[in-house]
Amino acid sequence: MVREAYHKDLHKLREEILNMGSIVGKTIGDAVLSLKNRDAQMAQKVIDMDKEIDALDHSIEENCMRLLALQQPMARDLRLIISVLKMSIDLERMGDLALEIAVITKMTASVPPIKPLIDIPRMSEICQDMLKNTMIAFENKDVELAKAVGKRDDEIDMLFDQVRRELISYMIEDPKKITGAQHLTFVARYLERIGDHITNLCENVVFMVTGERLELN
Amino acid sequence: MQNKITIKNLNAWFGAKQVLHDIDIGIEKNGITAIIGPSGCGKSTFIRCLNRMHEVVPYAKASGKVLVDDRDIYDSDIDPVEIRRRIGMVFQKPNPFPTMSIRDNVVAGLKLGGLKDKKILDTMTEESLKKAALWDEVKNDLNKSGVSLSGGQQQRLCIARALAVEPEVILFDEPCSALDPISTSKIEDLMLELKEKYTIVIVTHNMQQAARVSDHTAFFLYGKLIEFGETDQIFKKPKEKSTEDYIIGRFG
Repeated sequence: MVREAYHKDLHKLREEILNMGSIVGKTIGDAVLSLKNRDAQMAQKVIDMDKEIDALDHSIEENCMRLLALQQPMARDLRLIISVLKMSIDLERMGDLALEIAVITKMTASVPPIKPLIDIPRMSEICQDMLKNTMIAFENKDVELAKAVGKRDDEIDMLFDQVRRELISYMIEDPKKITGAQHLTFVARYLERIGDHITNLCENVVFMVTGERLELN
Repeated sequence: MQNKITIKNLNAWFGAKQVLHDIDIGIEKNGITAIIGPSGCGKSTFIRCLNRMHEVVPYAKASGKVLVDDRDIYDSDIDPVEIRRRIGMVFQKPNPFPTMSIRDNVVAGLKLGGLKDKKILDTMTEESLKKAALWDEVKNDLNKSGVSLSGGQQQRLCIARALAVEPEVILFDEPCSALDPISTSKIEDLMLELKEKYTIVIVTHNMQQAARVSDHTAFFLYGKLIEFGETDQIFKKPKEKSTEDYIIGRFG
């Protein structure tokens, strides 16, 4: 009773979510890089990437549904499938947020920047690093790493507050900068949301390994 | 949880071969307890020890305590026939008495016990068949042979026969393995109804069935009780690795 085909399918599901995680991570990085470099072409690539991410989400959902319907998974297999299903939803949303950032790049690429970007790329780097480590935690079933990554959402929240306060002061000083500052506030807000989604991913890694639902942040 | 049956230090043998080792477990009153495990792990022997059916096999013996309502059924002054009336059993293959009518099958145990009053026998026939969810299907054919029924109906007839002697516990040994999915779900629905009044123990190879119907699940391996817990916990997050390996099919 080894159920080889079934276990191959479970393995494939794991690979799929890892692949989706790495694509979404790169998309977030590219979206913020396109904003920093005012690169509309790169932004368009990020926008195009969203379709691929959506397709991955659908494929994962389809595979989870098939495994649930045909294999009646239980215990750790069941928790793996439930976790992957939920992680795929979070990753898809993160892809949408990257797309929103790329849309802002396209809107602002042709106008002069209101300020050099420092904290927003920092937020992006932290998000990418958190996501990378979340996927490592998933692959290695490493609960402690997942918990540690979840805690880092505080860094993102702090940076978001800092960026927002700074941008408000720009708007007060010079009303002409309101539109530009508002765009950047949105970008920071999207990255802050991405941090929250990563925390959800970490909670699902913990659930997958331990069966416990923890609130990490 | 209130236990109907408490098993203490139960060991069982076929000749020199020990097939159960130091089983300690409580069977909840008005609950369904499922026993799962690979073939040859001692599941069937275990439930056959609960109504002293194990000892009817030549060279088979058992030791330990099986307390039903705090009374050890292995005490020397206990009548095993009376125990088997109180703790009924339904087997893997439907086994109605082939030469008897549906009616006679249901009340066979009562007649054997000396009951002759036709009115009471008729009432018991109807009541037992109703409890076994078979009455509506057979009420106009009570004189037909029991084996004229479909497999699923025959199994419900056997359940009616077990219920007619008013047992307290019903042991099911793979009751659905010879049945189609529709008959299986009828038996499962029936078990869920019956647990209101009876205590049920079911041995099953069908993990989904154990998950669907039981309140508690026990996992047996090589004659030992490996894990016992609430069914929900066993199938979502078992504590023992071998339980997990078995239920997800990564065994051997």
